Amino acid sequence: MVAGQGQRATSVDGTEALKLSIRNLTIGYGGVPALRDVTLDVRRHEIFGIVGPAGSGKTSFLKAIGRMDEFTRAMSVEGQILFDGKDVREWRNVYALRRRIGVVFPLPVGLPMTVYDNVALSPRLSGIKKKAQLDEIVERCLRRAALWDEVKGRLDALGSLLSGGQQQRLTIARALSQDPELLLLDEFSIAVDPVTTMRIEDVLKELKSEVTIVLVTNLVQQARRLADRTAFFLTGECVEVGQTEALFEGHVRDERTSAYLEGRFG
Amino acid sequence: MSEASRGSALDELDRRNADWYIDRLVQVLVFVGGVSAIVFILGIFVFITKEGLGFIGGRFSITEFFGSIAWRPTSRNPTYGALALIVGTASVTGLAMVVAVPFSLGAAIYIAEFSSGRTREALKVLVELLAAIPSVVWGFIGLSIMNPLIIRWFDTPVGLNVLNAGIILGLMAAPIMTTIAEDALKAVPDSYREAAEAMGATRWQVIRSVVIPAGKNGLVAAVLLGVGRGFGETMAVLMASGHSINLPTSPLDSVRALTATIAAELGETANGSEHYGALFTLGILLFVVTFAINLAADIMVRGGRRGRRATAEGGA
Ligand SMILES: Nc1ncnc2c1ncn2[C@@H]1O[C@H](COP(=O)(O)OP(=O)(O)O)[C@@H](O)[C@H]1O
Ligand SMILES: [Mg+2]
Repeated sequence: MVAGQGQRATSVDGTEALKLSIRNLTIGYGGVPALRDVTLDVRRHEIFGIVGPAGSGKTSFLKAIGRMDEFTRAMSVEGQILFDGKDVREWRNVYALRRRIGVVFPLPVGLPMTVYDNVALSPRLSGIKKKAQLDEIVERCLRRAALWDEVKGRLDALGSLLSGGQQQRLTIARALSQDPELLLLDEFSIAVDPVTTMRIEDVLKELKSEVTIVLVTNLVQQARRLADRTAFFLTGECVEVGQTEALFEGHVRDERTSAYLEGRFG
Repeated sequence: MSEASRGSALDELDRRNADWYIDRLVQVLVFVGGVSAIVFILGIFVFITKEGLGFIGGRFSITEFFGSIAWRPTSRNPTYGALALIVGTASVTGLAMVVAVPFSLGAAIYIAEFSSGRTREALKVLVELLAAIPSVVWGFIGLSIMNPLIIRWFDTPVGLNVLNAGIILGLMAAPIMTTIAEDALKAVPDSYREAAEAMGATRWQVIRSVVIPAGKNGLVAAVLLGVGRGFGETMAVLMASGHSINLPTSPLDSVRALTATIAAELGETANGSEHYGALFTLGILLFVVTFAINLAADIMVRGGRRGRRATAEGGA
């Protein structure tokens, strides 16, 4: 009963409320399928969690959304990925699409330039040149990523020399500097200490009012803490999507979901 | 455990077996190799300095050497003004870099960032083949191909000049600069490129704002290596520059290089003579300049890095 709520809400809200509409998405690498026939919706201003064991296709899913499959030669993507109702592959200008999507990778990537330049890079690429405006963006994004207090005195230090946790927050600040409508996070806490993880989680909760977030996580409890709804991926299949609390309380349609969420999997 | 077996276990810890000796031997060999490289370089420097010292302590005048263009070592009243030679070398090297830097960086960017698979491998082999062409062949190209072309296009009586030698030297230095620059670009992790592309940077923006800054040290090294090559190259410059003592006012003027002067004259001087000492003084100059270029590069590259690391750690 409760598990059904997710689906009902979708149809009631209509497509206006949908940020992403994935239809029959199938991804393969050189003919070997990595994700099969996934259909799901991500609503505006929600945190949509994706959990599942390694190799279940979570990263491939995120890559397809930002058309990052174009970096990987052998990767093939079929089906529809509607971003604000329009298939991402119909965007002529893939760069404009990617600028609207912020991505955070599992391993922090502090680009080898100053902290300031890391955050100012994207605004600069989209043509902002005024120092005052850049200063404002850099400070705002670093504050939101909970990094400002630690780096405000050394914005000209090399970004790639910050600690791992700081670099991950720098990556988040950089993603925010794009002023994205959609934020894709791929196991962001894998290289981050627990305290920093909690701080970033608080930031994500705040961001929800402005940005739609897809959170792939290796920590099921993180999905429980943050995600409004959660999808469970298993070896290329989307087993089910439901309200996070309901799933964790055991209202599942597929026994495998409970098994994974409760950690009895194998 | 019996006393005997414990004894043998201790033996095991104490025994110097074959691995231990091999390890020691390799350590010694590596050490000897490293030290001998330093000893050779020092030895060369000491030798050059010793040979030049007699001249520097005697006939040498700093104002004449650096201020006069009159290099007349065989005149009855010899003068040793090296200014024209220094300017000759500098102008040829400068022009060579104007030719080589865009060529080699462009080629390196194309090979590292745009080509792939077969094309990439083929290009790399081609560049390495170009790097292996002996300098006398380049000199020959300067003499027999560039020379008539320059005479025809620029309507000058002689085509052996700064332009000719600069182009030849630039083409000569470009392949090795390309190889090093390409290595520098390849060493930039793909995660940087992906991060920038995911942000919506175009391919060229990725290269310009991420890859080139990240590979900057290697690119600087590539250019400096080219400069060093230009300074030290002898045969091709001797053949293509016209080898005439001259303060050039245009690229169409013939010049003479420091290296070419040493190569052309050393065989005809008496060991220990004034002229001989003067040539070694040119050698010291070359050595010092090359050393200074490398040192400057090192300080620039490393100094920048250290400064930034200090600030990164400062507040941590
Ligand atoms: N670049 C690639 N080339 C070939 N196979 C890949 C590539 N990336 C991922 N795969 C395969 O696709 C499947 C899903 O991988 P991925 O999306 O990374 O899963 P997850 O992020 O859930 O661990 C795995 O079986 C993986 O081996
Ligand atoms: Mg993954």
